[in-house]
This record gives sequence, structure tokens and C-alpha cells, in this order.
Amino acid sequence: MATNDHHETFPWKHVIGFVLSLVLTFAALWVVLSSGLATKLIIGIIVILAMLQASLQLFMFMHMTESDSGKIQTINMAYAFFIAIVIVIGSIWVMWFVV
Amino acid sequence: MKWSEFFVTGEPLIYAADVSIVLTAIGIVFVLTYFKKWKWLWNEWLTTVDHKKIGVMYIISAVLMLFRGGVDALLMRAQLTVPNMKFLDSQHYNEIFTTHGTIMIIFMAMPFIIGLMNIVVPLQIGARDVAYPYLNALSFWLFFVGAMLFNIAFVIGGSPDAGWTSYFPLASKEFSPGVGNNYYAVALQISGIGTLMTGINFLVTILKMRAPGMTLMRMPMFTWTILITCVIIIFAFPVFTVALALMTFDRLFDTQFFTMANGGMSMLWANLFWIWGHPEVYIVVLPAFGIFSEVVSTFARKRLFGYKAMVFSIVGIAFLSFLVWVHHFFTMGAGAAVNSFFSITTMAIAIPTGVKIFNWLFTLRKGKIRFTTAMLWSLAFIPNFVIGGVTGVMLAMAAADYQYHNSYFLIAHFHYVLIAGTVFACFAGLHYWYPKMFGHILNERLGKWTFWLFMIGFNICFFPMYFLGLMGMTRRMYTYSAGLGWTPLNVVATVGAALMGIGFIVLCYNIYYSARYGERDMTGDPWDGRTLEWATSSPVAHYNFAIIPEVTDLDAYWVMKKTGKGLEIDEEKLKPIHMPSNSGRPFLISIAFFFAGFGLVFEWYTMAIIATIFIILGLILRSFDDDDGYYISVDEIKRTERLARKGA
Repeated sequence: MATNDHHETFPWKHVIGFVLSLVLTFAALWVVLSSGLATKLIIGIIVILAMLQASLQLFMFMHMTESDSGKIQTINMAYAFFIAIVIVIGSIWVMWFVV
Repeated sequence: MKWSEFFVTGEPLIYAADVSIVLTAIGIVFVLTYFKKWKWLWNEWLTTVDHKKIGVMYIISAVLMLFRGGVDALLMRAQLTVPNMKFLDSQHYNEIFTTHGTIMIIFMAMPFIIGLMNIVVPLQIGARDVAYPYLNALSFWLFFVGAMLFNIAFVIGGSPDAGWTSYFPLASKEFSPGVGNNYYAVALQISGIGTLMTGINFLVTILKMRAPGMTLMRMPMFTWTILITCVIIIFAFPVFTVALALMTFDRLFDTQFFTMANGGMSMLWANLFWIWGHPEVYIVVLPAFGIFSEVVSTFARKRLFGYKAMVFSIVGIAFLSFLVWVHHFFTMGAGAAVNSFFSITTMAIAIPTGVKIFNWLFTLRKGKIRFTTAMLWSLAFIPNFVIGGVTGVMLAMAAADYQYHNSYFLIAHFHYVLIAGTVFACFAGLHYWYPKMFGHILNERLGKWTFWLFMIGFNICFFPMYFLGLMGMTRRMYTYSAGLGWTPLNVVATVGAALMGIGFIVLCYNIYYSARYGERDMTGDPWDGRTLEWATSSPVAHYNFAIIPEVTDLDAYWVMKKTGKGLEIDEEKLKPIHMPSNSGRPFLISIAFFFAGFGLVFEWYTMAIIATIFIILGLILRSFDDDDGYYISVDEIKRTERLARKGA
């Protein structure tokens, strides 16, 4: 219930973030559906676009730089990266025998 | 979807269920109208954002779901009691074990735990509500409509029947063409959104809203377990969200993520499911550890032994919980390196868990133990959970698991950890915190009857299953032939299940009996408690604390009682209290979610789209909502506090 005292007049940051997110999403869609590139290249491109999207959202929407508790923020991000790596690398390792 | 298939037909059990649902609905409407309670229902419950009332609603829903899941269990036991039983056919049996598992985990264990944490955590940290009360109401109603959507499946459209794990390819459109598994995908998705929001809500609440002086290492153990549980929820549930979304796409829009052909990978479902599913186990069992810690410490009249070791064990368990998921499918064939790795990480979890067991034992050592019902559940937890844990280590050995996999040995193992862990904890917590919720104590005599019936029944029911598993009985088989020699142990197991059912009936009677004749708790501290929730009156005033307490040590209320400081309320220091306003929007948005979900289940997209527009409308209205809550005046606080104290 803490009140935020310094309201901006218009949430420009959010609007720009939103538009950029849409651009990145449609770019990914276009690369997959109609770019005609090789499959491996497509996968590489959409992974990069996804990472761009994730970092964009962290800074534009998730108030990454605005917190007064930097320690919690750091632990949280480190743990998030750890879990992401476990899930992605782990799944690839576990499912490798099917491919 | 043909209209003739809309209602499930053909089984006398289903018709009986139809009749009872209609009669119950008419009964509820009649009672509410006759006693003129509609307005009360809307103002006090449907629109509430009070964490205590939301907690009570979670627990009521969980008890209802325990009934539903329990009936499923008894039907299965009835079918398996003797060989070649004709009580349920194979399809009906498939549906029942699927709904039993899903309901017990998602709609019984989790809401029971979340209900207790709603009621207790803000009180334990000396807060007046959670960080986002409106979101909390939305979380509850999303869970609730998810549960209702899942439950109507068995009379409308047909229940899911691919197991609570819903493995592909069985769960695909090709092999499960009905709407049953759509219910699974959509209902779990909706209630999962609620759970994820609860995780975020309580993480922020615990990190940001603790009373002054309550450092992290002065938090009660239950609050610690909830904090870590929230972290697990936040990291594990998105995986399930994605997996369920892909499942929904596969089933509704013919995508090929988990199919057998066209580059789909059906085993990936099992992989994603258990990346969420194993942490999920700790989501329901860590809070249970927290409840036992509180109860054991209170009724042994001792500070919890090895508080720091407990905290590090919880963190260790949470960390390891994300590194063990493959032990659910060692037999899938990922190879020796993968299996060995996950075998070792699984066994490693036994170490922090063992540390906790010893901490509870040392807390009991030389304690002045009071054998209340809550304490009995906690004491019974230790040996029963150890049986479940030790057999878990047996299952963790990948090579040996090829023998145990999907046998009744596994069934016995996970019921020993989930019932002796989570269900015992829910009952212990219910008895322990009941005075805080309703202002009276659950009858101890009846409570002990429930305990002995349920605990003995539980062992009679599940211990034979270890042996049935070793004798070759496999999971999910709906009948067996007489020559296999499984009959005696199956009869014994059914007797145990019946005892558990009787125990549950006694518990329900106890709730009724205690409401009418139960001892009122006038002190607010019936158990001579140690943590801050016992510093409030029973039932708790809706602002929780007239003055936020100052915390100087672990077991804050115990210290206050020993030093005599901070117990009295200095009326001079009272200030108006800022509280959030009620809102009907979470309830209405969730109703829209229900119809959107129902539309998706039956692939009636017009309905789904219209309902989704209502959801978005609700979100937009919320964004432009400038209701900042209201203030409770000092006079009103004085009146409330004097009234509560006069009772003492």
C-alpha cells in the first residue's frame, strides 16, 4: 500500500517498450513463416530475438534499475539465469537420445 | 461436439451425481434466499480482499475437494478390493484415477496450504494485509473457477482420462479425442495463473511488509518455508504454463509439439511436466515442514532446535528441487550418464531433509510435550514421513527403479510422503490455527478420534501397497485375476481406505460440533504460542494489529510475554489505519475466465472470445481504478479493541 509520489505524466517508457516488444515478436514470426532461411539459422535468429525481448522487458517494464534493494535484485537475477540454464541445457541433455 | 454428447450419460453413478448436484444447488439457493443472505454473501465473501477471509475460502474449497478426491479414491479401492470386480469399467476407472490425482494435488493440497498461508503469514510477520490484496482475491477466484471447471467435467462432456500426468501421446487429440483432456489443459491453466500470482504476492509481502525489527533470521519458520515456496512457485509454474499452452495448441489447433509425427516430440511433455512437477512436490511439502516446526516448537515449549540449519535446509531443498526431475522417468531411456546424475541429485535431497528430521527430534528432546491434536499429527508425521522418504531413496537408484517404476511400490511411496507430509500438516495446521480463523477451538476429543482413525487407516491402506508393488501389481490397472495372489493385501488396503473415510467424516462432524458447542477462545492465545499471530485477538480484527508490534528476537510473542513489553495497547499511540476497499471485480473477472475456459474446452470460440473481451475489460477498468482504500478511525479501533479485551 505504499504510495508512489513521483508519477510521470505519461508512461512513455512503457509505450516504447510495448511497441518494441511487438516489433520483435512480429519480426520473429516473419523470420519463421516467410524468410525462407535455413532451419538452423531461423532457430538461431529467434533465440537472439527472444533474448533481446526478455532484456527489453526487464528494463522497460520490470523496474530493474529502480529498486533500493540491489542485493535481492542480484540474487534474484542470478537464480533466474541459473534456472533458465538448467531448464534449457538440462532438457537438451535429457532429450538428446530422442533426436 | 454433438449435443447428444454434451451431458455424460450411461452410468447410474453419473445420474446420481447429476441429481445430487442439482439438489445441492437448489438447496444452497433456497437457504441463501430464505435467510436473506445474498447480500451478506456478496459483501462479506465474494468481494472481500481480506487475507483471512480469502484463506478461509481456500480452506473450505480444499475440504470440498478433499471430499471429491476422497470419493474417487474410495471408488478405486472398491473396484480393486477383489479380483475381476465389475464395479467400474476400465474407461470409468481411468477417469477416476486421473481426477483423483489432479484434484488432490492441484485443488486440495495446494489450496489447503495456500489457505493456511493466507491466514497466518501476514499475522506472523506483523502486517495488516498482503502486499496486493486485490490480486490476492483474484488469485483465489481464479483457483476456484479452475477447480469448478475441472469438476464439472464428469457430468458435462466427460472427465480427463490420461492420468494426472497426462503423458503424450496418450493425451493427444489422436488417442484421447473427447473434451476431457481439454478440461485438464484449460482448468489447470486458469488455476495456475492464480497460483503464480499468489507466489508473487506472498514473496513481496514477506520481503517488504515485516514488522520493524523482524530481520529475515527472526522470521517464524512457517514464514520462511512460505518465502522459499513462493520462490519455487515463481520459477516452476511458468514451465507448466508453457507446457499446458503447448498441450492446448496441440489439442485445439492441431499444432505438433508433442505428437508422434511431423517432428513432434511426445516425451518432451514428460520432461516439461516434471520440470514443474518435481518442484511442485516441494511447493506442497515445504509449507508442511513449516507447520510442523511451529506446532512442535509450541507444544514442546521450546525454541525450534537448529533454526539456522532449518533455514539452510529449506534453501538447499529448494535449490535441489530443480535438479531432480528426470527421476520420474528413468525408464524412458535417456542413458546411463543422465540417469546417474539425476539419481545422485535425488539422493542428495535426503540430506537436508534428514537434517530437518533431526532438528524436530532435538526440539522434542527434554521438551514439556503436550499431546494436543495438532501435536499428534506432527508426531505421527515424523515416522510416517521417514518411511516415505526412505522408500524414496530406494526409488532414486536408477537401476533398481526399473523394477519399481510405476508399480504400487511407487504409489505407496508418494502417498506416504504426500499424506504423511502435506495432509497431516494441513490437519495439524487446521487444528492449530482454527481459533484464529473462527474464534473457537476444534474439539480435541473428536480431533483425536479423527487422528487415530485416519492415521491407522492410512497405514493399513498404503503399507500393503509396498508389497503389492514388489509382487508385480502395476499402477493404473483397473482389475486383476485371482491367480496372482494379490487379493488379501488389496482387501486390507480397502479396509484402511474406509477407516480414512470415517476419519474424514468425524473431522466434518467436528467442524459442525465445534461451531455449535466448541470452546470459545477468549484469550487469543489458546496454545501458549510463540509467534506474533497469537498476539492478536481470536477471531482476528480485520486490521490485524491495532499497533504494529516491535520485534526484538525470534519467537517474538514469546519474548513479549516473558518481558511483559508490548502486550498492552497504548491508546494514545493509535493512528487511523489504512485498509484496501472490497471489490467485486476479481470475482467477475474469474467468472469471465470460467466461460472463456468452457468455450475453449468445447472449441466454441465465439463464447471464448466474448468472455476474453470481458476479462480484458476487467483489467482495463482496474487500470483506471483510483480507489485508494479507506481509513479506520481511531475511535472505531478503540471500540473494537476494548470489546476484544473485555472478552478476555
